Amino acid sequence: MTKAFLSGNDAFAEGVRLARPQVISIYPITPQTTVVERLSEMVEDSSLASELIHVESEHSALSCAIGASAMGARTFTATSSQGLLYMAECLQYASGGRFPIVMMNANRSTALPWNIYGDQRDSLSQLDCGWIQVYVEDAQESLDMALQSYHIAENPLVSTPVMVNLDGFVLTHTYETVEIPSQTDADRFLPPFQTENKMSLDNPKNLAFSVGPDNNMEFKYIQHKAMLDSRRVIEETDAKFAEIFGRSYGGLTQDYRIDDADYILITLGSITGLCREVVDELRERGEKVGLLKLRFLRPFPSDDLVAALESAKAIGVLEKDISFGYEGTVYTNVNSVIAKNGLHLETYNFIAGLGGRDISRENIKEIFRHLQTGGQHVNFIGLGVSIDE
Amino acid sequence: MIEIRWHGRGGQGAFTAAKILGAASLIDNKFSLAFPSFGPERRGAPIQAFNKIDGKAIIDRSEIKACDYLIFLDESLFSTDYLKDLKDDGIALINTATPEKFSAFSQIQTIDANQIALKIIRKPISNTAMLGALASISDDVSLSSLQQASDLYLSAASAAKNQLILKESFEYFKEVR
Repeated sequence: MTKAFLSGNDAFAEGVRLARPQVISIYPITPQTTVVERLSEMVEDSSLASELIHVESEHSALSCAIGASAMGARTFTATSSQGLLYMAECLQYASGGRFPIVMMNANRSTALPWNIYGDQRDSLSQLDCGWIQVYVEDAQESLDMALQSYHIAENPLVSTPVMVNLDGFVLTHTYETVEIPSQTDADRFLPPFQTENKMSLDNPKNLAFSVGPDNNMEFKYIQHKAMLDSRRVIEETDAKFAEIFGRSYGGLTQDYRIDDADYILITLGSITGLCREVVDELRERGEKVGLLKLRFLRPFPSDDLVAALESAKAIGVLEKDISFGYEGTVYTNVNSVIAKNGLHLETYNFIAGLGGRDISRENIKEIFRHLQTGGQHVNFIGLGVSIDE
Repeated sequence: MIEIRWHGRGGQGAFTAAKILGAASLIDNKFSLAFPSFGPERRGAPIQAFNKIDGKAIIDRSEIKACDYLIFLDESLFSTDYLKDLKDDGIALINTATPEKFSAFSQIQTIDANQIALKIIRKPISNTAMLGALASISDDVSLSSLQQASDLYLSAASAAKNQLILKESFEYFKEVR
């Protein structure tokens, strides 16, 4: 183990190096670019033995990863924003074909107006594409989830691709101290990739085939079941990771001071740290507040949410997303769990940080005040206020 | 928590300075964040870079509102309006050949970093000189950690010369005081 001062992207690249992918397809896009730059340098200086393929588009990057995965290779690619959207067709080929590809997505706003700054509208618009979706908070969790994602994706019960989401710039371009595990420990955690779901001359089979109405629905059900089963694999993976590396993230969600909390804020990604500090500050004043970080959006952590929220009076969902004409998509998902389980609590949605707008400590305090006093259900934070003021 | 904002122009090495300072904090067994002003970068255009330094892990990634240090690699970027972004005992450190222009402001310290850089590397790249100056006026980072950390982010040829720049700018303030 060594300590280094790395950006979120650098840290993720270190995690990918430790996972030893055999094929990496790359197509740079801001703010993902430095991940594929670091991986190129690693291949160049032989610290990573991998076939690095510089393709001509994001559509090709994922197609290439699918082809390599269909040969039984551990594969990696990365993208962001419009690049992810350009991949949309291939996302469903990868998940439907059950190829356990790991992809990093640098969360960035979507056009138009064109903008390269961070928000979560790119990946949340692809929530239904059949990929496991993870949202990480800091550079260490980025590195750790690069490794863990292969462990989850390649489990034969799961055999589903994983998209790891890092908030653009705020996480991808912020440098901080990161522990880099040894290759020996990484190898102990993550065995080489083995699969039956591959082209093989010794064991020829049909892959990526057509299925008509007579059986198609069964394939989709099996795919859904694998995603549901991944919840257990995610928790087992976290436990195994903790045993070897001494860090645990709690599985699908991570809670903070929720035991007797009346008001709980639900977060995803890099804003979680600041929200924890605000929880501490309000707790010192005697306010019963807590926080629940959603680490996985698919599979959706329904059981964790019920357990965490059942005694709360009001909860808020803070997300960098809006589904135009309705509300934030994470909020819709959370409300569904609350309705199905008959929880009696008020729910509020806080849409913030679109197109890279800063979310301040004061914003988070306002959100907790709103949870306690009540008010509108869907709220846009910092709307109409210049960040320079 | 110590909060620092660097002002420079693309190509002057403001963000490299922030990374060296962050890595130096790690050597000092502290925690730090280093991040650039987000978005597109162009050579010559004004850019900012940021540091947060603390004795415990830093989990607040929001923008810096009030600074302990404002560091201007290029005096043409300075405006007195920026002084309101300083905390009560904050300091603005400006690279200038004409210190008398700033003598009316008690919060401002100056150093002719270009002159030190020109003498040693023959280029007006002032980032490491400003780091040496910072180590001199502040107890928040040590010269030896900066020297170790600068080796991580600069090429071997340039690192040796930048060691000299760090030392000379550090000593400049010791003499002034």
